Amino acid sequence: MTPTATPVSAPKTATGSRSVTRVVPAVLAAFLGLAVVFIAGHAQSGALHQAAHDVRHSTGFPCH
Amino acid sequence: MFIRILTSGLLAGAAAGLVAALMQFFFVQPVLLHAELYESGQLLHFGPEPRPSAHQDVGGFDPRRDGLSVLFTMLIYTGYAIVVIALMSLAELRGAQVNGRTGLIWGAAGFLVVHLAPGFGLAPELPGAAAGDLTTRQVWWVGTVLATGIAVWLIAFTRSWFGLGAAVALLLTPHLIGAPEPDSFQSPAPSELGALFVARAYGAGLAAWVVAGSLAGFFWSRAAEGTGQTADRKSAH
Repeated sequence: MTPTATPVSAPKTATGSRSVTRVVPAVLAAFLGLAVVFIAGHAQSGALHQAAHDVRHSTGFPCH
Repeated sequence: MFIRILTSGLLAGAAAGLVAALMQFFFVQPVLLHAELYESGQLLHFGPEPRPSAHQDVGGFDPRRDGLSVLFTMLIYTGYAIVVIALMSLAELRGAQVNGRTGLIWGAAGFLVVHLAPGFGLAPELPGAAAGDLTTRQVWWVGTVLATGIAVWLIAFTRSWFGLGAAVALLLTPHLIGAPEPDSFQSPAPSELGALFVARAYGAGLAAWVVAGSLAGFFWSRAAEGTGQTADRKSAH
């Protein structure tokens, strides 16, 4: 049983360290993407609303 | 990693946005412009006889208005694609395969999360349609999209009954709470136009999302190959 325990725990540590370097940028990128969607889809400044009007209606965002 | 997510998202989002913009221009915009003739009072649904024809000339290409629509469609789908690729990269950590084919499913799921689920309570509106308070609707929209998104993730990546139960609860809760409704109906446009608009908006949305998901998977897997990440992943399994 002991010999199998070593190879199982080794990849776990590797995955753990790789997780941090992959999770943080992914979360940051997701927030950036959400910000773009919110500005284009939800922000209510006059000019922005006018410019995005047709798209907001067609993509199902609450518009008026 | 961050830059790879952004560049893949930019490519997939811009291409899908272009598809969405073309669908919008040829299929959705004519219905929208037709409804605006009723909204502005140029046409009257129940006016004096004879009733207005169902076939109206709604004008051609308006460079400023349609140009801005193309730009904003591409922006919105780029935002969506970046979020999808970020999530794809996290799913890969859990052992999911990401490529152009599996991306199709991601795209269909994306459509479900940001179009169909909020639209179940707040159907895509024709201009002039009655609706509840804007801020309340936006809050409900965001809440519904988040709850549905988490639910879809749980259905895709959990194997526990608890996870599935939580997913069902998350899917149902926004609709049991109910979307904000208008006090009274006021749309001057015929219901036929409203129904066609919703069908067209959903069709165009699904097409664009499937393209977005597939391209997101494709560009992401290519980017991973370029940096040798795929080989790295394969050897880890």
